[in-house]
Amino acid sequence: MFLKKIALAGVVSLMGSAALACSYQNEVPIKSLSAGFEAWKAVTDAMAECGNFQAELDQEFRTKQPAAFEANPSLYHIGGVSNGTITPLLNAGTIRPLDDLVEKYGANLSPNQLIRINGQIMAVAMMVNTQHLMYRSDILADLGIETPTTWDEVYAAAEKIKEAGVVEYPLGATMKSGWNLAQEFVNLYPGHGGTFFNDDNTTAVNSEAGLASLETMKKALEFTDPEVLVSDSTYVQQQFQQGKIAMANLWASRAGAMNDEAESQVVGKVAMAAAPKATADGAPATTLWWDGIVIAKNISDEEAEAAFRLAMEGLDTEMVQGANDAAIWLVGGYEPTEIAAGAIATATANPAPPAYPSTTQMGLLHTALGNELPAFLTGERDAAATLAAVEEAYTTSAKEAGVLE
Amino acid sequence: MKFKTFAAFVGPSVFMMLLFIAAPLVSVFIQSFQVTQPILERVEVETCTPGFLTQTCTTEVKTVPVLDETGKTVTETRWVGLQSYKNVLQMDKFWDAVGQGSWNDMMQVDFWRALRFTLTYTLLTLPLVLGVGLAIAIAVNNATRSIRGPIIFISLLPFIITPVIGALSIYWLFVGDGILTALMERWSGQNISMFAQAWTIELLMYFYKVWSSAPFAFVIFYAGLQTVNMDTLESAVIDGASRWERLRHVIIPHLMPLIVFIALIHLMDTYREFEAIVGFRSQAHVISLQWLTYDFMTPDDAGNRAMSRASASAMLTMIGIVLLLILPLRRTWRDHKGSAH
Repeated sequence: MFLKKIALAGVVSLMGSAALACSYQNEVPIKSLSAGFEAWKAVTDAMAECGNFQAELDQEFRTKQPAAFEANPSLYHIGGVSNGTITPLLNAGTIRPLDDLVEKYGANLSPNQLIRINGQIMAVAMMVNTQHLMYRSDILADLGIETPTTWDEVYAAAEKIKEAGVVEYPLGATMKSGWNLAQEFVNLYPGHGGTFFNDDNTTAVNSEAGLASLETMKKALEFTDPEVLVSDSTYVQQQFQQGKIAMANLWASRAGAMNDEAESQVVGKVAMAAAPKATADGAPATTLWWDGIVIAKNISDEEAEAAFRLAMEGLDTEMVQGANDAAIWLVGGYEPTEIAAGAIATATANPAPPAYPSTTQMGLLHTALGNELPAFLTGERDAAATLAAVEEAYTTSAKEAGVLE
Repeated sequence: MKFKTFAAFVGPSVFMMLLFIAAPLVSVFIQSFQVTQPILERVEVETCTPGFLTQTCTTEVKTVPVLDETGKTVTETRWVGLQSYKNVLQMDKFWDAVGQGSWNDMMQVDFWRALRFTLTYTLLTLPLVLGVGLAIAIAVNNATRSIRGPIIFISLLPFIITPVIGALSIYWLFVGDGILTALMERWSGQNISMFAQAWTIELLMYFYKVWSSAPFAFVIFYAGLQTVNMDTLESAVIDGASRWERLRHVIIPHLMPLIVFIALIHLMDTYREFEAIVGFRSQAHVISLQWLTYDFMTPDDAGNRAMSRASASAMLTMIGIVLLLILPLRRTWRDHKGSAH
């Protein structure tokens, strides 16, 4: 994450002059803060066409956003959020309900895009994101392997690929210690039938499902790069692009990069399928995410109106047609290509995977998982002791945060 | 110097120190005994999430903070005594591990794991930095005048590079198929993964620290070498002292105050190591005390920060530095008093 921060912190696109494809001229200066991946670049570029707009694309946006929106007046008008990062903004009440603005400017929005919390529209989603199985279709076809649908099948396939020795490592995994590693567990745990919390806010991860999830995670290590505990999404994407790995459960937003001829040596060879299941009759072991926009509360109503109107211009059909493969768009005009097949199969699976359960407690548990799981994967601690440690770390921080008595 | 002149010179600096060092320190000290929590309530919330075609709405009971009329989160600050320190130190686990004589158990507690690394890192690199710095200084001092400039320039380079960039460069050289790993693999004919286990990461960290800190020692020693008394050196030569004996009995005693000075600076700096952990992404295997504080302070996706534990951890780091510095400081103090007589 730190690398991305260095690379992206300064990426501020200032495009006020070229009012080309915009239907109106924006007169109110508007600023936005969002993540820095490809889809956000397409959206903010489209907004910039209307003029007077400054976008900040920063992968560390999650640490900046709560404080920046709490300022009065807010430092940004538009915020790019996901279902994970909207929680602190909702909790602090720094974003405004959008019902009247949607009524005025949101004629093109589909009901699916409107994120309602207690009936009020608090955000407008633009895309869905999830992890899905990406695999080298040429290698699997050569070795006569069916597309794996469960983690057991993934490991069986990995075993065959390893024996054949066609790539350096059969599997890639986003297991960088911290947020990424914890996310892997969050993907698998509900797939094994686990629930994260008891009714009294204590955590329930120290359970059979927890043990099963850890076991599934550890099996991956036989087939991955030994340095997997430093590998994040970008690293796995590059391993794919350089032909070093054959399969990975990776973010759908990374799929487009496989066919980027400037970077990738495997153009047209990577196919996407639904995320592998943890158990044969379960849901794909992943979580569903959405990315979208929110409007700050601490700004004038005029600014809010201008900001929302501008955002609608960024989320229009024209933008999607220019960047069709950058994301699984929820915006009208999107034509799913084969790159989207895996993510759509994941999202429409029956039973469907859960949405990422973003709450105050989940934030604390995610951190506890990210800090305590590495010791299990390096072999310093066994599964039971690791889950006990996760539970203890969560309890300590939950007490400090006031979630537990 | 008149007191007024003295005050005019020192005043701005004292003011800055009070504002930017003393005041935050006092604030952190106070916060380490407090816990600030939002007032929470449990409410039923209906949340709708887009699927690919239709939305799914779920109703669940969520724990959310209470907001006042102005829209600010209502918080409550309580005095909790040493609770945050207890949470960081986890003494019960520490004594359990000591009781069972299990080093591995002790290393499962973040603070003790971080302390173990920070101490070995600080104390192991100290003699290396001093030795390498002195060696470069002597080499440059003995080099012919014409090549002295370029050698000084090259030796100072690592010192000029921002530490985190230095750490990242080494990470990129050795990670995965970085060029140096690829080179080592070609020589040895084996698959080498420098970032797959703790000891190789630590080795690279020691290398990084010596590489980036030795130039500082070199500059100081080089300046010191210019003031070595030539008469003493020449008489040592006439007495038949070898090169080594001259170094041991003339040069090093002369440089002693500088050695203590560099040791002080090195201990202070290295005990607060942070860049190496972030740059090498070594959190899974190795963490430092400063990184631990940073980790407590970093907000998670839901916006929680463990400020109380971060404050306690920062205070513990400071106590550690003070303990480490007592020895060299006492020596400086004795020298200072000795020279006054």
